[in-house]
Amino acid sequence: MSKNNEFVKFDNVDKSYDGKVLVVKGLDLNIAEGEFITMLGPSGSGKTTCLMMLAGFETPTNGEIYLDGAVISNIPPHKRGIGMVFQNYALFPHMTVYENLAFPLKVRKIPKDEADKKIDKALSMVSLHGFEARMPMQLSGGQQQRVAVARSLVFDPQVVLMDEPLGALDKNLRENMQYEIKHIHESIGVTVVYVTHDQTEALTMSNRIAVFNDGKVQQLSSPDKLYEEPVNSFVAEFIGENNKFAGEVLDISGDKCKVKLNSGTEILANPIAVKAKGEKTTVSLRPERALINPTDKMDNNHKGKIEEIIYHGDHTRLRVDLLGNKEFILKVPNSTAKLELKKGNELNIGWNSVDCRALDPK
Amino acid sequence: MSTEKILSSDGLPLEVSLKKAERKNKMKAMMLVAPLFLFILITYLMPIGDMLFRSVDDRMITKMLPNTFTSLEKWNGKNLPEEQVYAALYEDLSYLKKTKTYGKIIARLNYEKGGFSSLIKKTVRKLGKFEEGNYKSQFIETHKRWGDINYFIALRNVAPNWSYVKYLKGVDLKLDQDGNIIQQPEDRRIYKTLWLRTLKVAFWVTVFCFILAYPISHLLATLPMKYSNLLMICVLLPFWTSLLVRTSSWMVLLQQQGPINDFIVMLGLAANDNRPELMYNVIGTFVAMTQILLPFMVLPLYSVMKTISPSLMRAGKSLGGTPFVAFRKIYFPLTVPGIGAGSLLVFILAIGYYITPALVGGASGSLISNTIAYHMKSSLDWAFASALGAMLLAGVLVIYWLYNKLVGIDNIKLG
Repeated sequence: MSKNNEFVKFDNVDKSYDGKVLVVKGLDLNIAEGEFITMLGPSGSGKTTCLMMLAGFETPTNGEIYLDGAVISNIPPHKRGIGMVFQNYALFPHMTVYENLAFPLKVRKIPKDEADKKIDKALSMVSLHGFEARMPMQLSGGQQQRVAVARSLVFDPQVVLMDEPLGALDKNLRENMQYEIKHIHESIGVTVVYVTHDQTEALTMSNRIAVFNDGKVQQLSSPDKLYEEPVNSFVAEFIGENNKFAGEVLDISGDKCKVKLNSGTEILANPIAVKAKGEKTTVSLRPERALINPTDKMDNNHKGKIEEIIYHGDHTRLRVDLLGNKEFILKVPNSTAKLELKKGNELNIGWNSVDCRALDPK
Repeated sequence: MSTEKILSSDGLPLEVSLKKAERKNKMKAMMLVAPLFLFILITYLMPIGDMLFRSVDDRMITKMLPNTFTSLEKWNGKNLPEEQVYAALYEDLSYLKKTKTYGKIIARLNYEKGGFSSLIKKTVRKLGKFEEGNYKSQFIETHKRWGDINYFIALRNVAPNWSYVKYLKGVDLKLDQDGNIIQQPEDRRIYKTLWLRTLKVAFWVTVFCFILAYPISHLLATLPMKYSNLLMICVLLPFWTSLLVRTSSWMVLLQQQGPINDFIVMLGLAANDNRPELMYNVIGTFVAMTQILLPFMVLPLYSVMKTISPSLMRAGKSLGGTPFVAFRKIYFPLTVPGIGAGSLLVFILAIGYYITPALVGGASGSLISNTIAYHMKSSLDWAFASALGAMLLAGVLVIYWLYNKLVGIDNIKLG
């Protein structure tokens, strides 16, 4: 099966509500058929607006949106055939679970026996067999969520949009639902566009993640790449934990550059977003990439003082004063080889220049 | 299962002492609602009880002709009564003449049977000349109607303490001499028309209010706060204006030389010398009542619509429903509780509406409440006014019951 890599395509889309501020700026985004793509970003970053434009509830101010090669900007929402799961479920409170699921089939005039089969299938997909006669009010939050998912899939749409569907659930339930939605996606291969502001959710579920900020896609890549190779400070900061140093580029040579930090110390870093000497930069380093008392030789070796020790069960988190950064975080796995950790102790901390990315100054 | 009783520190079972403590709180709560309870009892329940009582109370005449009614009990009703009935009648009438209170029975008896008025008046006038004994012939001599058996049947019919004739009168029925329920003569049938008109006006006013209120409520519920507040004030403004002022302004607007008629003439829809009558008929009642009752429809609708999440309509559309289908299958059913509450409110208020129809309704636009007022204030037939009021009350209860059957009273939402 040849996959269509431009199944959904945003072509230079702008959106402004008031004619003064652009909520979405020049968005270009291609979504492949069968892909699970997540739009991740802080609130007000334009991700929900993008979803609403795709669903047809908002029209782009500029640019076009294509679905399977056809322009859809002029097609009303009910003719787009796009399923949608809403933030607050949006189940019809006056209809039973069965009627909720039957609604999209009824308006499509699908015969009853066929519709019953589809409803049956959709309900077993979310393991809600036997709940047909219940009213939404009689279901728990998680069950309502499942019904909403089943309803968005029951009419076999080409694309399913999910707008922070797990926002109202508690942590455990949310994690369960994440896996469940992921499995459903894998088993039926529908294209999913998922909006969330929860990065863990995005990382666990998606094939690719589009990080939104300020109306623009900051980075579009797979979860692992996004975490390990952020292309700018916003992404580095937004995804996962991040230690940062502000400084100035002294010298660039190949895949290494020398950065003079504000404290005066020079470190070696990986030049990602810096091009020339004298540029301001923010250097980003993931906590788990810095080692304590490294045995191998590393590009950077510095001494830091423990400021705070936070016990986390599976690991211990250290706040260290390192090179003028008092918020430097280290993660120490809770293994048998216990370190002597005490507040005020000095530690040798080392890391490689590859993991330490010189990005744009913020 | 343990059956051991839990004891509190003073040795009493915990259950008992808990109940004791709760009783104290309940008493306190009762004390707080007592003023309201008394207020409702005195100003609401007692007047209604009194009204219901008055509508069936017919003891006045029984008290005034006690001997006559006692002796009539033994009468077979086929021939003229025996001498003792006439004797009793003489005794009663003499007493009434002495106390000068016979006027009261005339109205009641005359209502039962025409002709009693002159009969009683003439008899009382000549009562002084009666001699003892042989009253029967003396009575018949005084007025030949005393020899007519029908008058005694009528007398016997008014004897019971309680009567429902006022209710019969309210629906254009009456009792004939033999106690059968028959229709009033055609020229005296007015109440059925009045009831039907009242129901018709209430129904159409409700329909008009619904048609006008639904879109505006939707607008109110969906507009941004700063506009919806302004609109809400516009809706409520009539609420804060005196009812009389509003009705009078309708009189100004609707009169034959008023601005609306001017406008109609200006548009050429009517000739200047043939202006349509918009007031003192049923049109005026419709227009003014719809405007006045509109907020009662808007408010429940608004408060229900406010709770309907806009994402439901979106969900309906995204699932493939056209805007119309989404409205009909999703939005509209969810507003039914508001429609029910609003319609019930408007209908019940309209069915007993008084001031507006009285001022702008004229003869063809007046409603049952205007008739009740007429019998309270002008004809002074309080019993009949009470009977009409009780029927109105019963009608409202029936509508309430019907509504509960059809829609379910739990389905009502005022907010």
